[in-house]
Amino acid sequence: MIKTLDVETIRKDFPIFKTGIAYLDSANTSQRPRQVTAAMVEYFEKFNSNVHRAAYRIAEEATVRYEATREKVRDLINAASTKEIIYTRGTTEAINLVAYSWGRKHIKHGDLIVLTLLEHHSNIVPWQILAAEKGATIEYVDIDERGELRLDQFQKLLEHSPKLVAFGQVSNALGTINPAQEMVAAAKAAGATVLVDGAQGAPHQGVDVRALGCDFYAFSGHKMLGPTGAGILYGRRELLEAMDPFMSGGDMIKAVRIEGTTYHELPWKFEAGTQAIAEVIGLGAAVDYLSALGMDAVRAHEREITEYAYEALSDVEGLTLYGPPPSRRAGVISFSIEGIHPHDLATIADRDQVCLRAGHHCAMPLMTRLGVAATARASFYVYTQKDEVDRLVGSIKEAQRIFK
Amino acid sequence: MSTRAGTAADDQFYREYILDHYKNPRNFGRLENPDISHEEDNPLCGDVIGMDFRVKDGVIEDIRFHGRGCAISQASASLLTERLKGLPLEDAKKIGKADVLGELGIDISPARIKCALLSLKVLKVGAYGLAGNDEDEE
Ligand SMILES: Cc1ncc(COP(=O)(O)O)c(C=O)c1O
Repeated sequence: MIKTLDVETIRKDFPIFKTGIAYLDSANTSQRPRQVTAAMVEYFEKFNSNVHRAAYRIAEEATVRYEATREKVRDLINAASTKEIIYTRGTTEAINLVAYSWGRKHIKHGDLIVLTLLEHHSNIVPWQILAAEKGATIEYVDIDERGELRLDQFQKLLEHSPKLVAFGQVSNALGTINPAQEMVAAAKAAGATVLVDGAQGAPHQGVDVRALGCDFYAFSGHKMLGPTGAGILYGRRELLEAMDPFMSGGDMIKAVRIEGTTYHELPWKFEAGTQAIAEVIGLGAAVDYLSALGMDAVRAHEREITEYAYEALSDVEGLTLYGPPPSRRAGVISFSIEGIHPHDLATIADRDQVCLRAGHHCAMPLMTRLGVAATARASFYVYTQKDEVDRLVGSIKEAQRIFK
Repeated sequence: MSTRAGTAADDQFYREYILDHYKNPRNFGRLENPDISHEEDNPLCGDVIGMDFRVKDGVIEDIRFHGRGCAISQASASLLTERLKGLPLEDAKKIGKADVLGELGIDISPARIKCALLSLKVLKVGAYGLAGNDEDEE
């Protein structure tokens, strides 16, 4: 049996809720529990120093804690080795790293890159830049009327032997859960290298990268209870070994000589310069927190809240919901209200301390496809209560009263 | 910002006249063969505003605006066209941010300032060819 989350107890770990906000923007960035900030403060106050460099005790302690996050993350996503866990600033940097270090070496003139219309800009723009530089082509898998990927079209594109296939595990704009396993298997069978954007997957669905079988998996700590500035690139060792560094300078080298430099081994080859030490330690605490809750319980809670919110919003007159039914989506609901621009709705919700996202959610190609300029978006996490959803519905009704 | 309003009429932000300009925009539509026509957008929220001007003897004889977006961007455009109609171009040139915000008459948060000033940007860039943007300059 799946554990259920004790949300009331969980919320006590999040001091920000004392301000009275209803926080419905976790897909953007999550809140952080006391345990995460405490781990960071402990570093600042007890063993603040640089890692990997100094020969004194507090630096050793800092290094141990900093490196401990790697094992926690490895365990969380079931990677084969900590050598496959690269610290980055977040998903964006992780994808850029792959586009730069892998892409510049392997993508050639005339090659095909397959993306989808559900992608976040950070899984589009680096590939556009690479494609323009190399003379490669990008094709985008379309969505159907439910906001789910057209797998028939995906299969067709695979017949053209793409070099790279990159897609999100979960759409941040619609909440669509993509059939990642099936897509990776098909793409691998077609001979492609596969990157999965796990920014919305790792925090909510969880992942087993070995079962998934992808070559690269990118995600951000700040969307999974960790601080900003620390994220992860998972890469299969074989690929990472063959790649050149992304950034270069201190720390990523073995030896620097006037005649040339030899690079450090994995994972440090990709971690140039002084890293976000406190943030990485904070991410470790966030992984501990999530692991203690259990990803199954996290998913079950989100499903319950999402179903509740979907029902509640469906009952509101003049409200349009985008994306798949609640059973097929993560804790994200995009919607619009007749006659009220999402920004006006967000402004009115804000007066009730309801934090709601309004805009294009960094997915402009998707918005264009949906024929809307912007939507309002509510998203949920481990601490979300039904009461917060009720407050959102209250704000919507208030907006409708003002705009009637 | 404001407290929750009892009725729409006393909402401190979505004032009655703002909602009125939003729902019943003045000078809305297009002009045939305008002397000047320009459009600007705010990609972040998808607001779009375009203006058509008919200018005769240095005076804005007629004006229309079109577009879509939030209440603030649309009401601000509607209010601006009312002010511009019949105004000599030279005088229109002097209209600045303070004027537009003053006319709106509400407290605009930093997050919404781009909405409020989009129509002024259309006026500036379109009618004077001034370099676009931006609200950061003052
Ligand atoms: C699906 C997806 N990919 C990538 C990103 C970018 O993440 P970050 O800004 O942390 O680099 C986000 C964040 O909004 C996202 O939702």
